[in-house]
Amino acid sequence: MTHSQRPLMRTTCLLAATGAMLFGSQAFAVGEVSLYTTREPGLIQPLLDDFNQQTGIKVNTVFVKDGLAERVKAEGDKSPADVLMTVDIGNLLDLVEQGVTQPVKSQVLESAIPANLRSDKGDWYALSLRDRVLYVDKDQKITEFTYEELADPKWKGKVCIRSGQHPYNTALIAAMIAHDGAEATEQWLRGVKANLARKATGGDREVARDILGGICDIGIANAYYVGRMKNSPEGSDARQWGDAINVVRPTFKQSGGTHVNVTGAAVARHAPNANNALKLLEYLVSDQAQSLYAKANYEYPVKAGVELDPVVASFGTLTADSLSLPEIARYRKQASELVDKVGFND
Amino acid sequence: MSIPASLPALASRPAAPSRHRILNAIWLPLAVLAAATVLAPLLSLAWSALQGSPGLWLHLAEHVLPRALSNTLALLLGVGIIVILLGTGAAWLVTAYDFPGRRILGWALLLPLAVPTYIIAFSYLDILHPLGPVPSALRWLLGIDSPRGLRLPDVRSLGGCILVLGFVLYPYVYLTTRVMFQSQAASLLEAARTLGAGRTEVFWRVALPLARPAIAIGASLALLEALNDIGASEFLGVQTLTVSVYTTWITRSDLPGAAQIALSMLALVLALILVERQGRKRQRYSLTQRPRPLQPLRLRGGRALLALILGWIPVVVGFLAPAAYLVEATAKRLHLVGGVSAQLLASLQNTVVLALTATLVTVLAGLVVAWAVRSARHRRQARLGAACARAASLGYAVPGTVLAIGLLTPLAVVDDVIGHVLSALFDIPPQLWLMGSMSALVLVYLLRFLAITVGGIEAGLARIPVSLDFAARSLGENSAGMLRRIHLPLLRPALAGAALLVFVDAMKELPATLLLRPMNFDTLATWLYAEAARGTYEEGAVAALAIVLAGLLPVVLLARAGQPTSARSSP
Repeated sequence: MTHSQRPLMRTTCLLAATGAMLFGSQAFAVGEVSLYTTREPGLIQPLLDDFNQQTGIKVNTVFVKDGLAERVKAEGDKSPADVLMTVDIGNLLDLVEQGVTQPVKSQVLESAIPANLRSDKGDWYALSLRDRVLYVDKDQKITEFTYEELADPKWKGKVCIRSGQHPYNTALIAAMIAHDGAEATEQWLRGVKANLARKATGGDREVARDILGGICDIGIANAYYVGRMKNSPEGSDARQWGDAINVVRPTFKQSGGTHVNVTGAAVARHAPNANNALKLLEYLVSDQAQSLYAKANYEYPVKAGVELDPVVASFGTLTADSLSLPEIARYRKQASELVDKVGFND
Repeated sequence: MSIPASLPALASRPAAPSRHRILNAIWLPLAVLAAATVLAPLLSLAWSALQGSPGLWLHLAEHVLPRALSNTLALLLGVGIIVILLGTGAAWLVTAYDFPGRRILGWALLLPLAVPTYIIAFSYLDILHPLGPVPSALRWLLGIDSPRGLRLPDVRSLGGCILVLGFVLYPYVYLTTRVMFQSQAASLLEAARTLGAGRTEVFWRVALPLARPAIAIGASLALLEALNDIGASEFLGVQTLTVSVYTTWITRSDLPGAAQIALSMLALVLALILVERQGRKRQRYSLTQRPRPLQPLRLRGGRALLALILGWIPVVVGFLAPAAYLVEATAKRLHLVGGVSAQLLASLQNTVVLALTATLVTVLAGLVVAWAVRSARHRRQARLGAACARAASLGYAVPGTVLAIGLLTPLAVVDDVIGHVLSALFDIPPQLWLMGSMSALVLVYLLRFLAITVGGIEAGLARIPVSLDFAARSLGENSAGMLRRIHLPLLRPALAGAALLVFVDAMKELPATLLLRPMNFDTLATWLYAEAARGTYEEGAVAALAIVLAGLLPVVLLARAGQPTSARSSP
């Protein structure tokens, strides 16, 4: 064998060895359920483990950040997906619209979840609530705030917020359109843009970090991050950021309610384990799971009467905005176009 | 291996005529197949783009494209200037001058290749944040107590993004240009010197013009990376075309719109490729003598110190500072929590297996395409061969997410066909063979990175004199045999270089992996991303450090492969 032949032999062996690993999807036994989620599974892993303990059903997960609908659609009737989970109402309704879900009816789900947090037909169910709140430098004395006030010139150069195109923000802007109309919302967005202390980018926790870093005084972000930050180990960076701020729940002038988005789930249209999928959904609204949502993730439970984490409880009672979720989702594209139009992210 | 000795052996070897013909003719069809595979997701995107509504296009044209285009052009211009200055300057410094630590610097300059752009953006945001080490130290020096007392320019800006990308992407230029300085130019450079030109004059009048193709190749790779970067630009708040593709698709669930922007980006890419072709034009010289390194000028005292400092700046900014920061953050994390999860090890294994497989496949495909181009050189199909090579390189310019989305439909079709055949032949129930298994990931990596291997191997082949081909042919060797017995051994450095680049890139790949990976499967990059999504990205420092460390080994190997053999063996 010449020198040049040896690498070829090695190549062939490597190919054969890896070939075995490459092809063939996973096999799915009866006692399994497959979860496609745009929500990072680590956060709900305790819930999934608990579900597995109780039922013996194994949960497979794939964290698909973007393109969940596209992927499931392309997989078609051979898709192994059973449950589809998202962290934004718009994304959830997209799944329904794209026809990758199927309606399911369940007494358990209907009695646990209020009617405005699920579809009549059972196409989708909300599992937890996420209120979008004001982070305030703890030296600032603010107790009441409206979303409209964010555009007040007195906050010039003092406001931090993530990208206007992030679903959390487009949902908020969409709600503003539903309340005040597109024209007023455009003016409002221009006002907020003029008040920004830095580019609209990064994540929600960076609002707290930038407040501590002296870049801004107030900012808009989701409430559960505060629960996470203030419950972080003493001395960690996150704890210092969390301790630098207070939370005020802003309201819309019109409704007097706070903007709320949801995490939710639907059963996949071609779910091979539809029964297990339903079991998983029912488990996720059980008292036990809802309390895990509240205590481990600091999110607001959809089910009434579940105990809150002390940090979240300290924000006071949540008065959610009266708009229905599909109503908000309807204006989402318009909201996103307004963000482009006013150059919010520039 | 010495070529003359092996040639007589070729003549004595009888070859069956039919096999002979197949082995000669097989290359072009294979290259066409590779090009078609790259084009499939792009065509599927084009189809999506056609479904869009005109109203939407108006919105994009009025409010999105002008800004995104000007941001993107500014970014490319800025990054282009930085990578060319740093890359060429550093390459000349370590080739033409000798100073203490030159050899170490020679490979250290490649280290930023191991750092993905999204990690360096994360790191610099932390390092330069008012709460981070640099502003804190400045405040301490100036005696300012509150972070409010000192506002530095924010790295979350176009300028910040240009600097970050420039300092992490310059090794592409450094790598290609240094090889050129070291191997090809030596005799010409010395001729210039004997004719009385000084070192500076040699650089401007001989070395730089000679290195132009190498600079063009390196810079175009770096710019393509910058163009499809999503991590750093999005994180630093720069609305580039790629970021717009992303938001159009995600926030407006508007795939046609996203596809339209993505396709208009291809125009930019074609322009870049044209510039690169132009840069390479009229530059065909073959290596007819053994490469001889340039005799470097020994620097002493202050000048040596200056060279040392200048040379290390890109390494410190592009690698050492962020790496040191990650080490510190990891140490802090281990101290607070006391361990890393077992999942990290599983992710590491997935990453390495996946990257190795993708590298192997991509190098083979690149070899096929490049060889087809060379074989068809003087025949009627020459244009077809060249077109295949260009088409095969398009995937590198398309953002990973967009490529992955475009790939979904073709994958579904292939899965359907495989499913039908298998269930008809072996009664196996239909399932997703490609989608939802690692092969989809290997495929998308192949499409993304084929440009690297095609380009690298083409450049390597160009340095092998065509007279060798004629000699082998006249002695009766067929195309495959000629490749195996003559070109492959000579191509070894080029192959190694291309393979290592693909490996490093595959390890860092994030967006396409996120979309196409199978269930319960994480790579280091997706693991890091999940940590970041969980809002605990300082914990991601461990994964980030793992990516950087795992990328170090191939980069060091690359540094060794990049040195011509004679440079190492010469006294």
